[in-house]
Amino acid sequence: MAIIKADKLGVSVAKGPSLMTGAVPKKDWWDVPAIFKPGNYAYPAKKEIIEYHTQKTFPNHPGLFGQPRDWDPETDDWKLPDGWENIILNGLKERLDKFRSLKIFMDCCVRCGACADKCHFFLGTGDPKNMPVLRAELLRSVYRNDFTLGGKILGKMAGGRPMTFGVLKEWFMYYYQCTECRRCSVFCPYGIDTAEITMIGRELLHLVGVNINWIMEPAANSNRTGNHMGLQPHTFKDNIMYLCDDIEEITGIRVDPTFNRKGAEVLFITPSADVFAEPGIYTAMGYLLLFHHIGLDYTWSTYASEGGNFGLFTNNEMMKKLNGKMYAEAKRLGVKWILGGECGHMWRVLHQYMDTMNGPADFLQVPTSPITGTRFDNAASTKMVHISEFTADLIKHGKLKLDPKRNDHRIATYHDSCNPARAMGLLEEPRYVLKNVCNNFHEMPENTIRESTFCCGSGTGLNTDEIMELRMRAGLPRANAVKYVREKHAVNMLSCVCAIDRATLTSLMNYWNPDVEVCGVSELVGNALVMEGEKERETGLRFEPLAGMEG
Amino acid sequence: MRILNPFIAVLALIAVALVAAQVPGGQVLVGIILPYLAFALFLGGVVYRVLQWAKSPVPFRIPTTCGQANSLPWIKQNKIDCPSTKLGVIARMFLEVFLFRSLFRNTKAEMHDGPKLVYGSSKFLWLFAILFHYCFLVIVLRHMRLFMDPVPGFVSALEFGDGFLQIGAPVFYQTDAIFLGAIAFLFLRRVTLSNIRYISLPADYFPLFLIFGIAFTGILMRYFLRVDVVAIKQLTHGLATFSPAITGQIGSIFFIHVFLICALMIYFPFSKLMHMAGIFMSPTRNMINNSRMVRHINPWNDPNIKPHSYAGYEDEFREFMKEGGIPVEKE
Repeated sequence: MAIIKADKLGVSVAKGPSLMTGAVPKKDWWDVPAIFKPGNYAYPAKKEIIEYHTQKTFPNHPGLFGQPRDWDPETDDWKLPDGWENIILNGLKERLDKFRSLKIFMDCCVRCGACADKCHFFLGTGDPKNMPVLRAELLRSVYRNDFTLGGKILGKMAGGRPMTFGVLKEWFMYYYQCTECRRCSVFCPYGIDTAEITMIGRELLHLVGVNINWIMEPAANSNRTGNHMGLQPHTFKDNIMYLCDDIEEITGIRVDPTFNRKGAEVLFITPSADVFAEPGIYTAMGYLLLFHHIGLDYTWSTYASEGGNFGLFTNNEMMKKLNGKMYAEAKRLGVKWILGGECGHMWRVLHQYMDTMNGPADFLQVPTSPITGTRFDNAASTKMVHISEFTADLIKHGKLKLDPKRNDHRIATYHDSCNPARAMGLLEEPRYVLKNVCNNFHEMPENTIRESTFCCGSGTGLNTDEIMELRMRAGLPRANAVKYVREKHAVNMLSCVCAIDRATLTSLMNYWNPDVEVCGVSELVGNALVMEGEKERETGLRFEPLAGMEG
Repeated sequence: MRILNPFIAVLALIAVALVAAQVPGGQVLVGIILPYLAFALFLGGVVYRVLQWAKSPVPFRIPTTCGQANSLPWIKQNKIDCPSTKLGVIARMFLEVFLFRSLFRNTKAEMHDGPKLVYGSSKFLWLFAILFHYCFLVIVLRHMRLFMDPVPGFVSALEFGDGFLQIGAPVFYQTDAIFLGAIAFLFLRRVTLSNIRYISLPADYFPLFLIFGIAFTGILMRYFLRVDVVAIKQLTHGLATFSPAITGQIGSIFFIHVFLICALMIYFPFSKLMHMAGIFMSPTRNMINNSRMVRHINPWNDPNIKPHSYAGYEDEFREFMKEGGIPVEKE
């Protein structure tokens, strides 16, 4: 789908009538219908994908994904099951009983509006329903109508709305214009987390078969092949071996990774995009070099070959199911602990859900770096360590031979991925690594980094091409902060620790800041690593000439 | 309508109170029966709501981390915004409850040509929210004079501090003025900022009007319309000691004041005002960020959800795996 040019969109964002530019809609928000048209919605899941999930993924959980069917959001017949309103209301009741967070977040909002301009979707679209408070009100109004005394008696006067098709359409539109980044929850005086609301909203939509293909198909792939790209075991291995060939060409060193090897000390799991797609593959080359450099006894797995978890964007059941492979594989291979690559939402699941859902991992040991002897007590129960924690520890103990000059052609900044920042607190480790592997590092403005970081705009399964304009709008706050450091410090490399970021920020930079590239922190580590017996390096891992080697 | 309806509702409450104060038995109803009823509903309602919340488990440990986590020993942790201990959570909750820490972070985003986004500091909401809540607290505590005999020392101290300007007779309390000013700010903010006006519901205006009405009638009573203070104290103290009696001519304004307070107490448990209790129970704030250190238990975790098995995976791809030199379990 053709997307409007950046300069035009820039004018539209800054001057077009929206709540962000001061134009107030004439109608009350509950009277403004959600209208689907090409470009403003992600395509629904294909019928056969939902059939796969109902028959193969969850044969014993009927109704989890509604009725498999082809349907078109632009029409007014979504082929919803009979009594779908009750399915939603019963689903809501069940979730109110399961999640205290949902009850509290439904009841406590005072609509102070502190969250309103914290959302990247609101900043980029100016659409009132992208203010986190209204996104929550879409669900809260139904909750009030059917689950509170005031709403039951006073109805609309108390802000209640019955569950109608119009409301369902709003949910589908706006729970897929939220990337569960949690930025609003930092600023909310009660910590109301729109990620929780959106997750519940999406779960409820699934119950009546309303979903998007860009999430459901990768989820199906992850279940069957172990990774969201659907790479079969030999292809997964082949891709990594190609990267080894490139490494050999660049460094003269042959690295020799192993796959599904029993008895390895460490199981390494990273998002499959790192194995398959640019610029993630350069991050993967960084991992391969690092592990070779320190002689780590580790293995990849083709079965648990996906760090990312599309279940997080779907429902709790799917999240648990897909995540379960990690411990299952660690147990089968008999490793001591698990090392996790750079990924945002993967780490949300690992840090906040995995142990609870699929633990206890009593067959693993508290992770201890075989190189430095450091025991990672912060992962004592989950037994999974983040690559940035692992690398930072190596650098601190002087175990890596680094030549940061090899990144002198890069002037880097760092994008805190939402989940490691706001659902984990991983802020300093990647920065410490960056400062040790490259000489030019500049922070973006303080309101756009660390816990206030802006999402890439395409997380939670929204990095699909049919909604490109929406993504470019939602990513604008991030792009704008990069633009600031590009102009001030000539930054040309946006580093991050997230595979979705590596894909989506690349599109975002191409659009808003065409001369800025995107990389994983581990790529810069790989560039800087001085390998024993290597040849003189003339290029970085992208075959790009190093500074002074432009020849 | 969102503004007018709740305004009319508060006016209606005042009218009802005014009539009740005049009709026989009305004063007993408004001055004695209703306060007991309202207080019981308030207490019972708040407790009920909190218990209702508590009935639902917290299945996952989901703190919003607003700083560096506990990690390697040489990396400085933000022990309050990303607590890894109970003490850290207590500190975080203290700052949240008493100083509105999160609101203090507030910024204002502006879109300029370019497009260029600019984020400015925005502390007014925090400031007036703090003023509103603390004045409310001081005023409530000052009123304890009416229910306790002898008057506790802290109440007298509070009164002295609140009136230290020593203006007028009776002495003017600054909290009264600041309170009205803060309510006015919160109201004006709602109607003048376009996005806040757009999100506001009648349920946002109603408590503002109601609390304004309470403050306004209280101020009228204290400074302008003289009422029989002795008779009031006798009534309120009687209420507290379960021996209430209405003596003398108290004045209608008192009954309006009391009626509005009762309305607020009854309304409280059914409304967003429950944020007073909810703030203590918000899982993104009151949980320790130690999910990788200590296993959190989910009572409804479904053990029947198991991953697609390795055996099933190998069965499907065995030949490819063997060809690719990937070890298999079954040859």
